[in-house]
Amino acid sequence: MKEAELRRLLAANLLCAGSIVLTALVPALFLDGFSVLGTHLTWLCICSVCVSVLNVTLCLILKPSPSSKRSSLSNKISRFLKCCIYFFMSCILFHAIIVLYGAPLIESVTETFLFAVLLSTFTTLQCLCLLGPNIQAWIRVFSRNGAMSIWENSLQITTTCSILGGWFGAFPIPLDWDRPWQVWPISCSLGATFGYMAGLIIAPLWIHWNRKQLTYKSR
Amino acid sequence: MRGSTSGSGLERCWPLANRRAGRAGAVAADWPEAGRGGAEDAGSGPGAGRRVGRMRLRLRSGALAAGCLLAEALGVALFLRGFFPLPVRSLPRGEARAQPPAEPAPPGPGIASNWTKIPPPLFRKVVIVLIDALRDDFVFGSKGKQFMPYTTQVIEKGTSYSFIAEAKPPTVTMPRIKALMTGSIPGFIDVVVNLNSPALMSDNLIWQAKAAGKRIIFYGDDTWVKLFPKHFVEYDGTTSFFVSDFTEVDDNVTRHLDRVLKREDWDLLILHYLGLDHIGHMTGPNSPLVGPKLREMDNVLKKIHISLLSKEGEASLPSLLVVCGDHGMSETGSHGGSSEDEVHTPLLFISSAFEKRSGPLTQLELVQQTDLASTLAVGLGLPISRNNVGNIILPVVGSKTMREQLRFLHMNGFQLSTLLQENTPAYEKDLGYEQFKIAEKSHGNWIKLYLEGNNSEILLNLGKKVLKQYLEALRTLSSSLSKQVAQYDMYSMMVGTVIVMEVLLLLFLSVPKALSSRAEFEVPLSPPLFSLLFYLMCLMLCAVHVIVCTSAESLCYFCSMSWLTAVGVMMLISALMCGILSAVGKILENSRLPLKNPGASSSSWSEVDVLILAGTIGHVLSLGASSFIEEEHQTWYFLINTLCLALCQELCRNHFLLKECDLQLGTTMKQNFDSIGEASECKNIDVQAASNSKLGKAASSAEFVKGSDKWISLASPWIILICCRLLRSLNQTGVQWAHRPDFGHWLTSSEHKSELSVLAAISLVMIFVLVQRRCSLVSKIAMALGLLGVYSYRAAIGNVIFPWQHDSKDISKGITEARFVYVFVLGIVFTGTKDLLKSQVISADSSVKSTGLWEVYSGLVLLSALLFRPHNLPVLVFCLLIQTMMTKYIWRPLKFDAAQITIMHYWFGQAFFYFQGNSNGIATVDVSAGFVGLESYVEIPAIFLTAFATYAGPLLWAIHLLCYLSSEVSRNSAAVGHGCFCYALMRSIPVAIYIVLVTGLRYHLFIWSVFSPKLLYEGMHVFITAAICLFFTAMDQNHSQKVQG
Repeated sequence: MKEAELRRLLAANLLCAGSIVLTALVPALFLDGFSVLGTHLTWLCICSVCVSVLNVTLCLILKPSPSSKRSSLSNKISRFLKCCIYFFMSCILFHAIIVLYGAPLIESVTETFLFAVLLSTFTTLQCLCLLGPNIQAWIRVFSRNGAMSIWENSLQITTTCSILGGWFGAFPIPLDWDRPWQVWPISCSLGATFGYMAGLIIAPLWIHWNRKQLTYKSR
Repeated sequence: MRGSTSGSGLERCWPLANRRAGRAGAVAADWPEAGRGGAEDAGSGPGAGRRVGRMRLRLRSGALAAGCLLAEALGVALFLRGFFPLPVRSLPRGEARAQPPAEPAPPGPGIASNWTKIPPPLFRKVVIVLIDALRDDFVFGSKGKQFMPYTTQVIEKGTSYSFIAEAKPPTVTMPRIKALMTGSIPGFIDVVVNLNSPALMSDNLIWQAKAAGKRIIFYGDDTWVKLFPKHFVEYDGTTSFFVSDFTEVDDNVTRHLDRVLKREDWDLLILHYLGLDHIGHMTGPNSPLVGPKLREMDNVLKKIHISLLSKEGEASLPSLLVVCGDHGMSETGSHGGSSEDEVHTPLLFISSAFEKRSGPLTQLELVQQTDLASTLAVGLGLPISRNNVGNIILPVVGSKTMREQLRFLHMNGFQLSTLLQENTPAYEKDLGYEQFKIAEKSHGNWIKLYLEGNNSEILLNLGKKVLKQYLEALRTLSSSLSKQVAQYDMYSMMVGTVIVMEVLLLLFLSVPKALSSRAEFEVPLSPPLFSLLFYLMCLMLCAVHVIVCTSAESLCYFCSMSWLTAVGVMMLISALMCGILSAVGKILENSRLPLKNPGASSSSWSEVDVLILAGTIGHVLSLGASSFIEEEHQTWYFLINTLCLALCQELCRNHFLLKECDLQLGTTMKQNFDSIGEASECKNIDVQAASNSKLGKAASSAEFVKGSDKWISLASPWIILICCRLLRSLNQTGVQWAHRPDFGHWLTSSEHKSELSVLAAISLVMIFVLVQRRCSLVSKIAMALGLLGVYSYRAAIGNVIFPWQHDSKDISKGITEARFVYVFVLGIVFTGTKDLLKSQVISADSSVKSTGLWEVYSGLVLLSALLFRPHNLPVLVFCLLIQTMMTKYIWRPLKFDAAQITIMHYWFGQAFFYFQGNSNGIATVDVSAGFVGLESYVEIPAIFLTAFATYAGPLLWAIHLLCYLSSEVSRNSAAVGHGCFCYALMRSIPVAIYIVLVTGLRYHLFIWSVFSPKLLYEGMHVFITAAICLFFTAMDQNHSQKVQG
């Protein structure tokens, strides 16, 4: 049971990581002059959309968290709306945090906001897919020893990795190398992306490695 | 240094630094009676029974830290002295003067050049107009076109040559004057001694001119008069220390002009105008005051030029007018660094000897500032000064014949190659030297042809080729000479590094002991093994010292010190070594013993701990990159932001997880308890409160009352983050983004004076509100009056306006107002000290002590309110606000331990250092703080005030740390000791690593512009931290006595 689930997790994660690689390569075939560095904002949009679509589909197909009770259509719609609001709020929150970290307040708002959207895609969207708009569950998962399935473990790892990646991505900004990738927010968004991909790959491996220690309590 | 040599107990080998601290009254127990002291409190501590040594020194960790920091300060001072040697270049000028070189002899026998004397002067009179902080775009840019019409016309259509002269950092006036007049590049240490300039001893243009019988007149900055005493037949020096004086300094120069220009009894006239620099310092390059000043300068130039032209007909030789700047100014109006705005100055030669410029000005040629000295020497018919590394600017002598031009270049090349010979043993392999020899040879051939009376066409072409060869050779020679400016005194540097590294090691090794609950060390006072080791090491080091000093060829500071001092330093090194060895021994001994409580070591690290560790290591590593040093403020802002977010997460966990376990009362309860307990043990009380609340809804109402407090607590990290973000945009600092517009500039521009006044007034009121709550009544009143005084001081010097005072009153220096504030500062600090002494002597309750500490703190706040520029007052407000919020809502509820709190204080202190507009460049030091309330420049108070104003951020945070920790003494009796130790450790790590890094990078391209200023800042910070730690130890001492008493 656990092995099979782990395999499903690995497949899903590899799919996500692969899709990010594809977002960097495929659009160049359709769009003239597309490159991750040159037309970074376009790439940010494409990447966010792809990752979110993929995540939502995977969530619907694999159903890692079996919905506890059958719910009516209106309930579903309200859940969906709540999810949208939560996602938007998380974008705003990330934007605010990035500005607090020193991003310019007025100029390059688009860049900052798209970076915030990317971060939200890597973190909040996954939480929404897995846990739904349930803050209590979020807090449980992100507290110590709070994960109750390998999916939640993977969620913990990828989220942490993406945020850490974005954090480390800010390091090269002050260097005076004058490279194109030092322009705001390229290094940060690339950092977050690499962090996310690393998280996706690390998570199944880590769970596999520690499968003896991981004992999930039934809810 | 002196203390260690005069040590009375050298026969006993224990760390001298510690001993010294003991004499300073910092050691808890008097060591000769340590045995008795140990017997007395044998019952009080579990470790007391284990004491077996005869002579033991009990040392509190605070005292250890203070002692270590004092030793470290000594080490850093030695290193700095070695790193910034006084440049020793050519032989002193008094020695036999070499004759100027003759023309190179043409090959072949029989023919010899008959021209051996110095070429005659090219100009009859030379006027040098030096305008301080004249940036290149003030003359060549749009400002020049707008405000300097006459000069622009001369540049574009007149008989002139214009260049952009590049100044070498440090771009400070005195080194630049030296560079202009000697042609050499003065060492970085000139910045430090900039404030009291001694006479210039090396060979220079002024001295040569005087020796040649030229009559020199000087008006302007009295730095010249100090540099060249008795060189001028007539002079009038104006002091440059009243930065707020814009007009009088220049009127004092111009008033002599009419009279002097009519006279004929001078050959060289030097004018140094300071007004522009003062305007730059006070209001920046874009201030509306710059335009009129430039127009004034333009009129001066017009007057001089017309007067020179009118006399031209009478004499055979033309006159020369040189216009130059000593350095530029940055976008903030200061200078000292190496940004393009600071190093690019205009250099204008105006003379009727030159060809009339036909076309408009094309691309300006970039020359070195040092090139002026050799060019002027040739122009005045003087020998080129020996230390010169500059090249002759050829266009200036371009109107002369080919033979003369070649002669000039040969003289210059000869002088440069002589300098190279004196400074490099392997000079013959130098590319420039080889090129010069080749050029010299072809010059000889050319002279042969010339003397033979060859065809002028061929001669001219050949001459041009030789000229090109010479120019190439000169360029290579001067660049290889410029590289050699830095001669490091490696021996002193090594000794300093060894001391600093030993201190760091000792601090590291004593971490487990120092942060234990007792925070005490037992230092055995004379184990035979160590005394033997100590003596051996001393002997060995002295032997090494003798060998090094007798064999060293270059000048070495450490060798030139007296033997007694040197031996003292050696003993300090050996004592530290013994301390390290004994600490290592103890750790090995302990590791052999089985761990008594494995539970303590298994406690996992919280996120904040990980962040603190990673941040410290990351910051230290970042010191290796020049960009990270330039933008160090970004590192600190980034770190404190992350710290705030981590604290926010900690707070959330503290509040929400409890709620969680309140809701899920089932089996998960226990698990959550585990997780909470792991996070931090201290939440037990809250957990109990939460578990109590499950009994009924009644309890939850009580919780609801606390609810508002809880939400404020949750919001506080965000408020702090917002404060930090606002402060970040108050002062843009660093290098890359320093030109970005910021609030500070917006406020200081003259149009926004009323906004600035309102902001300053609100800030002062806020400061009062935030500070007064823990002061006694008397201090409250003094504080209020003092803050009023601050405002009236700022109003008096014209920074802010009173609402009822609409007409701009004449600006005074505000001496009375500033002194009025000083009285209150001293009064408040005195009251605080009195309370502290009272609590020490009478050993009253701790509230007296904490009030006393707070009063000392508020006195310092008042002093910094006076010294800070008015637009920086919000920094002070936010500093107090953040401290209050942190104390009330974060540190107290989360119950961090002393070490964590100390490190957070240190981080915030560093961030505030940059928030107040400092950077790692010399230019941002606000020198005007040193003149607040002083009639004229007085060295000691000026240095003290400037240092205080610069380091106000770290200092205020450190004193606040002391206030906080001593109020926490009831919870953890060793808190102050832990804090002091951590503070010392936090300072020692970056300094030690940085010193090693700088030694490794001493030939880096940016060593002078980036690494050296940072080194000075680090050194200064060590000295200040040592003082802070002594204060900490003194406070700790009180406490420990009280506990024992």
